Amino acid sequence: MDIRSQVCMVFHLDKCIGCHTCSIACKNIWTDRKGAEYMWWNNVETKPGTGYPTKWENQDIYKGGWEKNGDTVSLKGAGKFKGLKNIFHNPHMPVLDDYYEPWTYKYEDLFTAPEGDDQPTARPISLVTGEHMDVQAGPNWDDDMGGSPDYARQDVNLVKLSAAEQESMFQLERMTFHYLPRICNHCLNPACVASCPSGALYKRGEDGIVLINQERCRAWRMCVTACPYKKSYYNWNTGKSEKCVLCYPRLESGQAPACFHSCVGRIRYLGVMLYDADKIEPAASVSEDQLVDAQMDIYLDPFDPEVIRQARLNGIADSTITSAQNSPVYKFVKIWKLALPLHPEFRTLPNLFYVPALLPTMATVSNGVYDSTSQSLWNGVESNRLPMKYLASLFSAGNTGKIVDVMKRLMAVRLHRRGVTVGDLNSAEISTAMNEVHMDADTANAIFRLTALATFDERFVIPPAHREESIEMLEATGDVKGNTGFGFKETPARGL
Amino acid sequence: MTNILLFVVLPYACMAIFLIGSIYRYVNKGFTVSSISSQFLEGKKLFWASQPFHWGLFFLFFGHLIAFLFPRAVLAWNGQPIRLLILEVASFAFGLCAFIGVILLVLRRLTTKRVQMVTSKMDIVVFLVLLTQIVSGLLVAYYNRWGSSWFAAFLTPYLKSVFVFNPQIDAIASVNSIWLKVHVISAFSLIGLIPFTRFIHFLVYPVDYLWRSYQQVIWNWDRRNIRTSRFWKRGVPFKNN
Repeated sequence: MDIRSQVCMVFHLDKCIGCHTCSIACKNIWTDRKGAEYMWWNNVETKPGTGYPTKWENQDIYKGGWEKNGDTVSLKGAGKFKGLKNIFHNPHMPVLDDYYEPWTYKYEDLFTAPEGDDQPTARPISLVTGEHMDVQAGPNWDDDMGGSPDYARQDVNLVKLSAAEQESMFQLERMTFHYLPRICNHCLNPACVASCPSGALYKRGEDGIVLINQERCRAWRMCVTACPYKKSYYNWNTGKSEKCVLCYPRLESGQAPACFHSCVGRIRYLGVMLYDADKIEPAASVSEDQLVDAQMDIYLDPFDPEVIRQARLNGIADSTITSAQNSPVYKFVKIWKLALPLHPEFRTLPNLFYVPALLPTMATVSNGVYDSTSQSLWNGVESNRLPMKYLASLFSAGNTGKIVDVMKRLMAVRLHRRGVTVGDLNSAEISTAMNEVHMDADTANAIFRLTALATFDERFVIPPAHREESIEMLEATGDVKGNTGFGFKETPARGL
Repeated sequence: MTNILLFVVLPYACMAIFLIGSIYRYVNKGFTVSSISSQFLEGKKLFWASQPFHWGLFFLFFGHLIAFLFPRAVLAWNGQPIRLLILEVASFAFGLCAFIGVILLVLRRLTTKRVQMVTSKMDIVVFLVLLTQIVSGLLVAYYNRWGSSWFAAFLTPYLKSVFVFNPQIDAIASVNSIWLKVHVISAFSLIGLIPFTRFIHFLVYPVDYLWRSYQQVIWNWDRRNIRTSRFWKRGVPFKNN
C-alpha cells in the first residue's frame, strides 16, 4: 500500500446557475495575458452542447486519454513511439479555430469617428493579428443551447441514444439542459503527464496538483492532444503550454481556489482524499462498466486505523489526515455515493466529481400537462425527459445503473426534506424511497445540510501545506518572505 | 587571408559562440528554450512543410555525421557502383525534401497573418541560412557528383584538422567548387547562430522520454524519506516515480 494525499473536488450540478463567475475569477487572475486570451482554465458548458473546444469529448477527433490495452492502458494519441513520431506535426492537436479567435473592440472609433448619419460602432479586432475580424465563435457560443441544431445536436454523448430518444430531447416541451463547469481534473493517471516528451508536466507529491514546469516545456504540444478534457492549453505567444494550477499559491496559504471561492451558487466543494497509488494502474485498466467502482476503490477510509498507520509511514502529516476525515468530498463521493467522475472512460481517473443534476430531470409532461406530483417524480427517475443514458454517457462510462442509483438517493433526500419542512407527503412513500436506497434520516439531513446550508469552512477543507517545512529545504526562507507562487526569476518572454 | 578568415577564424568563432551561448541560454534563459511551435495558429499547411523539412534534415544530419566519423566505412559501402548510386540518390532525395519543406515553410509564414504575428527577425535569418545551406548542398550534389566518395579527400582532412585544433586549410582552399565553400561556411554560421535562434530546440530533442516512466510525481521534499530514514543524512529532495 502506497498511500498518498490528493486534493479532490465536487461540483454539485443541481446548484449551478451558469453565471460564469468562476470563469471570470480565473480569467482575471491567470489568463488575462497575451497568448492566453483564448484559454479558459475554468469554463462552464451547457449540456447538451459541443463544449469548448468544440467537440472536445469526441476522442475519434482528438485522440485524447487512455485506451485499454490488454491488462494495462496505453495513450490513445500520444506516447513514446507515437509522440516522437508526430513531434514535427501533431495530427490530432486542436488549433486556435477549434477554440475561438479571441477579440476585443476598437473602442477608440466611438470617439474619433467623424460626424455622420450613422452611429459609430466599435468593430471587433482580433487579439492575435490585430486585424478586423468577423466573430465566428466564442468560449460560450452555445450557452443555454443557443444555435442548437449546430451545437446541442452535435453533442457526442447523444451518439448512444436512439434517434427517437434524441428527438424527444429536443421537443420544445421536453427540452432541458444543465450546466457543466469544468476545470482540470488533476487526475490520478494523468494523460498529459504521460505524454510530455520533455518531462515538464508532473504531479505534485504533497497534494496531487498537476503542473507544467514552464522552464522545461519545449512546445512539443503532446499534452494538448493527450488531455481528453482539453484542459492543457498552448500559449501561442510564449511557446509554452499552460493549465489550471488549482490556484496552488492560494491553497498553500489556506485559501480556496479563485473559482471555488467566487462560486455564486456555492456548488463547489474541495477537500483531500487518501488513496492507494499502487491501485492506479489496475483501476485504470478495468472494463468500462466497472470503471467507476474501480476508481472509488482507490480512495481509502481516513478513519481506518490501518490506513492512518500506513499514511503516517508514508510521511503524510497528521493535519492532512484530519482534513481527509473532514473532507466534504469524501462524504459526497465515498460515504453518500452521490458524486461521479466526468467521462471515466477516458481512464485518467479524474479527481473532480459531479453530483448529477436532478432538477432538469424531475418533471414530465403528459397530455400537455406539466406533472410534478411526487408519485410521478419518483417513477420518473428512469423514464425521464433527460435520458439516463445521456447522463450515463457523461458520468459513468455508459453504466446507467450508477446514474439511477444516484438519482434515487438525491430524490430520497428531497422527499425526506419535503416531509420535514412542508409535510404534505405520505410518510409511507417517503420511507419507501429512503429504504430503497438504505438511507436514514440523519444521513438525509446531513446531505441536505452540506448541500444547501454549508458554510465556507465546511465546503473547503484545506489541509495546511506545511510550506514552512518544505520551503526551508529548497530556499533560504528570508529570500522568499512575502512571496507566494511561481518564483519566476526571468520575464516569461517568447524565445527567439 | 580570406581563406584563413573563412575556414579557420569563422569555424572556431562559431563553435565557441555555440558552446558558450547555448550553455548560457539554457542555464540563464531557460524559459526561452522552446521549439515555439506555431502549429496552434496554423496546422494544415504546416503538415506538408514541417514533415518533409524535419525528416529531410534529420537524415541529412546523421548522414553527414556518419560520413565525418566513419569515412572508411562509407568508402567501403561505395565500393560497388550500385550502392554508391543508392546512397547518392537517397541523400539527394532527402535534400529535396528539406528544400521543398523550407520553401513551404517560408510561403506559409508569408501568407498566414497569424503566423507572421509570432515571426521574429531571427526567424528570417534562420530561413536565409537554411536556404543557403540546403541550396548549396543540392548544387554541390548536382554539379560535383559522388560527394560521398570524394569528401574523404577534401573535407574529412579539413574538418578533422579543425576538430583537433590544428587547422589545415589546403584541401578545402584548393577546391574549385564555390558551392562547396558556401556550404561549409554556412554550416559553421548555422552552428554559431544556434544560441540566438530557434535552432536551439534541436539540442533539447526529448530522447530521454524513451526511457522515462510515463507518470512523474515530484515531492517538494520527500517526507517519507525524512521520517523513515535511519541515517542522519536526509533523503533526496526529488522523488521521480
